[in-house]
Amino acid sequence: MSPTEPHADASAETAVGAPEDMTVGTPPERPAGAPGDTAVGASPERPAGAPEDTAVGTSPEPSAGAPGETAAVSLRDVSMAFGGKTVLASVSLDIAPGSVVALLGANGAGKSTLIKILSGVRTDHGGQVLVSGEPAALQSPLAARRLGIQTVHQRIGEGIVPGLSVAENLVFEELAQRRGNPFLDGRRLLARAREIQSALDLGWSDALLRQDVTELGISDRQLLILARALATRPRLLILDEPTSALSAAEAERLFALVERMRDDGIAVLYVSHRLGEIDALADRLVVLRDGRLTQDQARPFDWDRALRAMLAQEQGAGTARPTDGNGGTGDVAVSLRGVPLLPGSAPQDLDIRAGEVTGVVGLLGAGKTELARGLFGAEPFTEGVVELDGEPFRPRRPADAIRRGVHLVPEDRHADALIPGWSLARNISLPFLRSLSKAGLVSHAKEDRQGRDTIERLGIVARDEHSTVEQLSGGNQQKVVVGRWLAESPRVLILDEPFRGVDIGARRDIGRRARALAADGSAVVVLSADVDEVLEVADRVVVLAAGEIRLDAYGEDAERDRVIQTLSASV
Amino acid sequence: MTTTQTATAPPKTANPSRAAAGPHIQNAIIKYGFIFVTVALFAFFSLTEPSFRDSATLLDTLRYVSVAAILGLGVTLTMAVGGMDMSVGAVAGLGVTVAAKTMVTYNQVGAVAVIAVIAAGALAGLLNALLIVVLRIPDMLATLGTMFVIQGTKLILVDGQSITPGMTLPDGTTAPGKFTDGFLSIDRGTVAGVPISVVIFGVLTVAAWVFLARTRWGRVLYAIGANPEASRLAGIRVGAYRALAYVLSGVLASVGGLILASRIGQGDVSAGTSQLLEAVAVALVGTSVLGRGRPNVWGTALGAVLIGIITTGLTIKGLPYYTQDVVEGAVLILALVFSFTLSKRRTP
Repeated sequence: MSPTEPHADASAETAVGAPEDMTVGTPPERPAGAPGDTAVGASPERPAGAPEDTAVGTSPEPSAGAPGETAAVSLRDVSMAFGGKTVLASVSLDIAPGSVVALLGANGAGKSTLIKILSGVRTDHGGQVLVSGEPAALQSPLAARRLGIQTVHQRIGEGIVPGLSVAENLVFEELAQRRGNPFLDGRRLLARAREIQSALDLGWSDALLRQDVTELGISDRQLLILARALATRPRLLILDEPTSALSAAEAERLFALVERMRDDGIAVLYVSHRLGEIDALADRLVVLRDGRLTQDQARPFDWDRALRAMLAQEQGAGTARPTDGNGGTGDVAVSLRGVPLLPGSAPQDLDIRAGEVTGVVGLLGAGKTELARGLFGAEPFTEGVVELDGEPFRPRRPADAIRRGVHLVPEDRHADALIPGWSLARNISLPFLRSLSKAGLVSHAKEDRQGRDTIERLGIVARDEHSTVEQLSGGNQQKVVVGRWLAESPRVLILDEPFRGVDIGARRDIGRRARALAADGSAVVVLSADVDEVLEVADRVVVLAAGEIRLDAYGEDAERDRVIQTLSASV
Repeated sequence: MTTTQTATAPPKTANPSRAAAGPHIQNAIIKYGFIFVTVALFAFFSLTEPSFRDSATLLDTLRYVSVAAILGLGVTLTMAVGGMDMSVGAVAGLGVTVAAKTMVTYNQVGAVAVIAVIAAGALAGLLNALLIVVLRIPDMLATLGTMFVIQGTKLILVDGQSITPGMTLPDGTTAPGKFTDGFLSIDRGTVAGVPISVVIFGVLTVAAWVFLARTRWGRVLYAIGANPEASRLAGIRVGAYRALAYVLSGVLASVGGLILASRIGQGDVSAGTSQLLEAVAVALVGTSVLGRGRPNVWGTALGAVLIGIITTGLTIKGLPYYTQDVVEGAVLILALVFSFTLSKRRTP
């Protein structure tokens, strides 16, 4: 394929080798198969339709690109950048048939981008995807499905069609694509659904198949989606946080199904934050961090290493900030007694002190966000006693917490903090408009001055205070959200994942502001899944797992190794 | 695919350096297109029809649109919080009936009628707020429901008949009262040559603008419309403000009802029904004015004036009255093209 006329080539050969011309990080002229990877060696002459035979009856061991075996799906130097920020940097990965590969990574590591590329949702990436050794053009979700890549997304609701029966939902993909007879044949449909259910051993009766799908519980819906994906006999099945809505027993059912698929020769890419599941299920584990694959392990897994690769940026020793023996001497600003952080989890006690930064580390689902939102009244705690400076504190809505000086910078700044289309100054002034108004009229002069002050104080890079938030980078947007809460100095400032999608400079600036605020006598709480982000700003580190406090240490005692060991011991 | 290159690459990155001639022209069309159309039409009618130039015609046009415009202001408030009020026409119609009932049947003075009408409007707004904020029914459906309930209530109130002065009441007596002169002057009287209804329209427009664009309450309403969850997490009592928007909308609609009652001079049971679509249209046209793509008071007022100019102009040109709906509908669709189709392309 000539590099000088990619357009002509692409239109002539849409099925083969289209994406490599998009390469960001690799030379565009590289022809398919040229790098001499073991996985691709013999493939070019094999017809595209035939590869199933190689996928069946292969060795059960996890084998990353073992010679002589064609990976079900391979990534070759796949890269992606949005707006100058690298999301995936030259990721190469072989997923062997009949194996479960677990993909781990903190939020923002690039997992969802990777899934979107494999499922044909994003096509503007560099590098190449090979399906059974053949370069594949995944230019749409349909194309990906036709090539045998099925994705089960995290949000179950997206796959279910309410108002149709379970059977109709089960064969929905065939319904949606079938040409010919436009009239539904109920009996044939049911027969086909029955066939699927018995092949997968779902144990679903005819009565259940005839029910409206909305009568199914959440775990049965999840199984339905999975069964629908499997009915097409995919080469690769991508499961994105499949158990996030399931109980332990329900998850067991799903695992049994996943194991069955693996034994049937299907390759599975399993994305989860629940390390216990991965430990039980996966043949191989890879860790994505800042768009790079940083770990690739076969069983038995070394969780300590895996977590370190996922959560920590630096090697070697590292601790929270030294406290000079003053750790834990400040006044207790907030005290929690007997508060369960997750539904059904054990009640917890925690004191948060003024004059210091308390870092809370935990994986997704550990109860961090629940702690933050409970204290802020966004999702009030249902049990236990909370006091603020010795007074009872039961905020029923954020307005109550704000009145008492408890402020929250939420996890998702776009969904929960920024007003789209508004200027920086207006976004900053929103919580405390009253103090900028006289008789209800907002003083634009005061508002603009506040905007300029915030720009200066936090080092926000923007043309001026009238720039809309969309014109700012992620780090500067985050500074706007933080700056909003500094207008009236908070008694307690809670920052939930404040550094996500934020560049290092902005992270330092925000961290400095947080420390300055603590030095002035506020209580600051920073919650994050990233150990180093927390160690960088915190005086004290609290480790949460499954809603329970597993470690609570100050200064030099809050050591990186100890934190990671605590986390991996919770697997 | 190889052909999709940088064009589709990064979403959400507003690139100021890309401002070539094309986007400039398009932005100008989006921003000023509607004002330009209004001015051009005004010039066209003024030049071709001498009677259109008459200031009396202009004032008459404004008088004609004042009801739809005031109702439209209420719709604008509810659109600012991300909602919609479909009941404004019915509330205005209720106002007509309540005014007639108060003055004709109960023989009260105009001031009492004004208070009763506005109270009825506020009550209707509270009902909407209850359904939408407390019972969480989607705004469009809830207000559609109240629209029917209010229309029905109105009919029950008057036993299905229009109330006219001197009519025979169900108990056989003759209605004692009449529309007072003071009340009738709301639409028929003038201040310095300007009809009082036009003055009300002007005053309410300015008041609504100050409220929405200059006060913190208006700011909060817009914040709720743009991102309700972020507003809640900024400490805003989202429910209370949404309720406020619907109550104000009800009150504004009842003011429209007062003007309408004064204009008709009797308790016409069918009054107000045609006002709903005009009010919604006016508010939607308003979103396209100045290319803001969001509800705004001046846009709504200008949208009302534009629809008035078009209707009056075409009437003078001899177009039959029954073509009005088609023309107004076309104007609305054009405005929506400005608001959505064109501006979407600007900010993908």
